[in-house]
Amino acid sequence: MTDTTSIESIAPDDLPPARSQWGDVWRQFKTHKGALIGMIFFVAILLFVLLGPWFWSIDPTYIDIRARNSGPSLLHPMGTDQLGRDTFARMMAGGQVSLAVGITAMLLALFLGTLVGVMSGYFKSLDGPLMRFTDLFLALPLLPLLLVIIMLFREPLNNQFGPEGGIFILMVSAIGITSWMQTARIVRGDVLSLKELEFVLAAKSIGTPPKRMITRHVLPNVLSPIMVSATLGIASAIITESSLSFLGLGFPPDFPTWGRLLYDGVIFIDQYPERVIWPGLAISLTVLSVNYIGDGVRDALDPRNRDR
Amino acid sequence: MLNYTIRRLLLAIPTLLFISLIIFLIIALSPGDPTASLPLSVPAEVREQIREALGFNEPIYIRYLLWLKTFVINEPMYYLQDVFGWEYDKSINPRVISWQTRSPVMDTIVQRVPQTLWVVGMSYVVGILIAVPIGIISAYKQYSIFDQIGTFISMVGFSVPTFFTGVLLIVVFSVMIPNDSFFWLPSIYDTTLVVEDWDSFWKQVRQMIMPVFVLSLFNAAQISRYMRASVLDNLRQDYVRTARSKGLSEKIVVLVHVLRNSLIPVITVIALGVPQVFGGAIITEQVFKVNGLGQLLILAIQDGDAPTVQTLTFIFAVLIVLFNLVADVLYGIMDPRIRYD
Repeated sequence: MTDTTSIESIAPDDLPPARSQWGDVWRQFKTHKGALIGMIFFVAILLFVLLGPWFWSIDPTYIDIRARNSGPSLLHPMGTDQLGRDTFARMMAGGQVSLAVGITAMLLALFLGTLVGVMSGYFKSLDGPLMRFTDLFLALPLLPLLLVIIMLFREPLNNQFGPEGGIFILMVSAIGITSWMQTARIVRGDVLSLKELEFVLAAKSIGTPPKRMITRHVLPNVLSPIMVSATLGIASAIITESSLSFLGLGFPPDFPTWGRLLYDGVIFIDQYPERVIWPGLAISLTVLSVNYIGDGVRDALDPRNRDR
Repeated sequence: MLNYTIRRLLLAIPTLLFISLIIFLIIALSPGDPTASLPLSVPAEVREQIREALGFNEPIYIRYLLWLKTFVINEPMYYLQDVFGWEYDKSINPRVISWQTRSPVMDTIVQRVPQTLWVVGMSYVVGILIAVPIGIISAYKQYSIFDQIGTFISMVGFSVPTFFTGVLLIVVFSVMIPNDSFFWLPSIYDTTLVVEDWDSFWKQVRQMIMPVFVLSLFNAAQISRYMRASVLDNLRQDYVRTARSKGLSEKIVVLVHVLRNSLIPVITVIALGVPQVFGGAIITEQVFKVNGLGQLLILAIQDGDAPTVQTLTFIFAVLIVLFNLVADVLYGIMDPRIRYD
């Protein structure tokens, strides 16, 4: 009875305002200046890429041969390329593809990494084989293999899904399949230490089946390393995609990404250096802001940093 | 330690076998055709004969085993024939032949290695030399202006892709600065340059500045972060307090006691990073047109030269496995607390 009286004796007005877990995370995230600035930049880039085409009516593929190689003007804020296509519109279109590839590849890598990590952390019998498998993947020379995969499988996939869909599917799956290993290792470590905790034992003792254990108890608790890998994964996927495009093995020129725009600009570097600077700047700013967000998310999700 | 090294070396064999299988299968099972790049005037039956001669009609496992044999047995035999006095016969033990040049792949690779090693090796050394002091100072003066700027630069260093830093440098130093200026730097790496006097040496230095700077900025950015974290860890340890209370000067505490201990994890990171540097060099070599291993790989991929691609990729894989082993062994040697047995 003492319990109820003590609760009733506290007037509701005396209680501090309710704090949710995500509210705490956000409060901590806000204290990281770099992360906040990164977030602003990233949102700005997202808005430019997604909403830009609504306000900027020039078609990125429209060829205006009379206006080719023109410098920055009101009509073409970033100039035009050697075929007279508007660079500003192409930057928006390229950014859409770059970010789409980055985010989709990250989701794929995250799914694979979490699957392997949870499986090998939770089921002891799977741990050995799955971790050896991860080690093998870590020992693969990834960039050369990616180049080979894309070179060899571009044609058949293009025939299957059309030139745009084919290269998109190929890029996303190639990058996703070659970048899940770090996530898997981190998630496995967390699951292993989670399994030793009492609440898992309690859940097990009331007969929770493994599937429910994983979805209800394990996954929500390994969310923070997954979120950190997610942000860092976007950054590395964008870099990988643009590197491949830069090596000429990525997207075709009429379906450009930032990396492809940079690659196309390199030929004209001595006459029109701005053509490489715009896409390069876009890639660098995006990756930099995503990396800062990742830093902030890592700090914010670490409970040891709270209430300082 | 020796036991552990031998065990790891033995374990590396199945790993490498598996990787070689993956590399082989990706290239062999791909829908590409070795005769696809031949002129259209070559008749179909000749194409069939070429395929036959290349061994394409054999079952896949025979092709894999044959490839493995040429790579693992025949190539070393060729290079070691003088040392051991082996009878090397080209017709019995053929070497891996490139489809592009019709010459042994390893010969081309041996020709290309010096350029890559010069540029990549130099930039790694420069990167480490920059990163270690920066890491120490940033950690010792944590949250100072120096630390903040250093952290920002290292964040920029590994966020900005090397192809953009390279291209940016070319824009500034090769395009915007006039040709005859002292600060003008060549954007194309001239491999035929022979260093024989001061003049050509100066030329060599000038053409190496940009590629080395690009790669070393990237390397230094990563290593300095590890170095900073490691020094920070060590500065909080009890032995630092003991050393200070004994009356040792700050210089000795930091540069002898802390530096030695904090280099242990960093050296393993450095060893682990060596193969990645070769991978990253593919892009830098492409930007500055250095005809090293990376450029060879790109050319081979574009021409569908399967033997060269397989050999190079496998060499990269061997490097990764080897340096993983080196890192682990170094860790055990340097840190007596770590016992693998």
